[in-house]
Amino acid sequence: MNHKCERCGKPATVHLTEIFGDQKVEKHLCDQCAAEEGSAAKAYVPIHQLLEDFVLRGDSREDDTTCDVCGMTYAEFRKAHRLGCPNDYEAFAGQLAPQLAIVHEGACEHIGKVPHRAGGDQQKQTAVLRLRAQLKRAIAVEDYERAASLRDQIRETETS
Amino acid sequence: MTLTELSRHTGQWLRSGGPAGEVVISSRVRLARNLAGLPFLGRSTRSHQRELEQRLWLEILDSGVLGDGGFYVDVDAAGQLDRELLVERHLISRHHADGESPRGVAISADETIAIMVNEEDHIRIQVLRSGQQLDAAAAQINAIDDKLDERLDFAFHGKYGYLTACPTNVGTGLRVSVMLHLPGLTLSGAIDKALRAAGDMHLAIRGLHGEGTAATGDFFQLSNQTTLGKTEQQIIEEFTDEVLPSFIDYELSARDGLSRRQQALIDDRIFRALATLKAARVMSTREMMSLLSMVRLGVNIGKIGDVSLDTVNDLFLLAQPAHLQKMLGRTMTSDERAAARADYIHKRLGVA
Repeated sequence: MNHKCERCGKPATVHLTEIFGDQKVEKHLCDQCAAEEGSAAKAYVPIHQLLEDFVLRGDSREDDTTCDVCGMTYAEFRKAHRLGCPNDYEAFAGQLAPQLAIVHEGACEHIGKVPHRAGGDQQKQTAVLRLRAQLKRAIAVEDYERAASLRDQIRETETS
Repeated sequence: MTLTELSRHTGQWLRSGGPAGEVVISSRVRLARNLAGLPFLGRSTRSHQRELEQRLWLEILDSGVLGDGGFYVDVDAAGQLDRELLVERHLISRHHADGESPRGVAISADETIAIMVNEEDHIRIQVLRSGQQLDAAAAQINAIDDKLDERLDFAFHGKYGYLTACPTNVGTGLRVSVMLHLPGLTLSGAIDKALRAAGDMHLAIRGLHGEGTAATGDFFQLSNQTTLGKTEQQIIEEFTDEVLPSFIDYELSARDGLSRRQQALIDDRIFRALATLKAARVMSTREMMSLLSMVRLGVNIGKIGDVSLDTVNDLFLLAQPAHLQKMLGRTMTSDERAAARADYIHKRLGVA
């Protein structure tokens, strides 16, 4: 059943069934003509599609922006579609903010629930993340003295 | 509780049709949470993932959120068939089943609560109820989140809210999904229009098993796409006050119109479906879904009196590939399954 667009003859991608009174009218249009007729909204918008659009809309000139906590670059995020650590929201704020607004109906600020635990404050979270990244590097180069001191610092920060 | 025991019956939550059950099959809410001070899963090593999994699993069981009889399944160690079984029961996602890292799921005895550990986020809490019970599901998931919040520091940002590995979940981390049975809209040809309206309301539409699956047998899953800039309450209310009443109304008027104007045609579809289920010797999952869809409609509008809604719900679940193999205790090719499925359907529909 390969329909052609009723308006321009290109392959139709939008198939509509409209009911006027007792009459059923089927319409077949291409994306562009459907958009012009004002019935473009696609019935199926899978979430992964949304995400791909989200990532593709990003500006590739800013691809080398790097998170100093987890080391992820913006280019890596565009490829993996997943962020590396909570601090990426800060590190890539310039790129993410406008896109968040598109995905979330124009919103860019959370107004919902807030965690109760006082320990959840953001500065502390980032400090611990940073210390953990340093710890990983210290272990990699077998600097165990530094690793031990970093471990103490992490414990201290977490319980402060 | 073992997965084999689980596989013999429908989850308790599905056994009795819930409110507005003739259209709304189930209500589901999900919260995404990550621990503060740790990288997201994609940036953490396998040994850290294992460490985190064991910690979270103990914290979840210890917190008591699952109630009596809750249990944990190590999905990484589970066999292929068990993973498929959990997907068919909506207890884990396809992504979780196919993953490769240390991961698992904590499940309550009645299967209304499932908490995935190390899926895309560190924690994904799900509450599932039959019919239209979004308010109850939302209250329950909020209480579970509060209890976990007492013992875990969640990654949270003053401006962006709960931080998630994928920015499409950031903010509340809340995804509401309702599974709808819309045979009236499909038969009357009005389904495209209804789904376009759902698209305009910023909803995502998917098939029976979530992301990337096509709708089979007139079942459609609607979910919110927006997680940032609205309160949890607002997101729930959009469903309970707008989306669901409209869809229930569209569907019921479509059924009404069909049974008034095209009664013979509808009866024919319903009874042919039932007869095929009773007579067929091989039956694919896909064909079964579309036939059961018509039978479910027949039961709901009172055309079929000798099949209960519970039997229909049971068949939807228990005659799926993994359940069938688990029930018969062996792995089967798809041809063998099709024959076994037809057999099982006969048994449940009382064919001598």
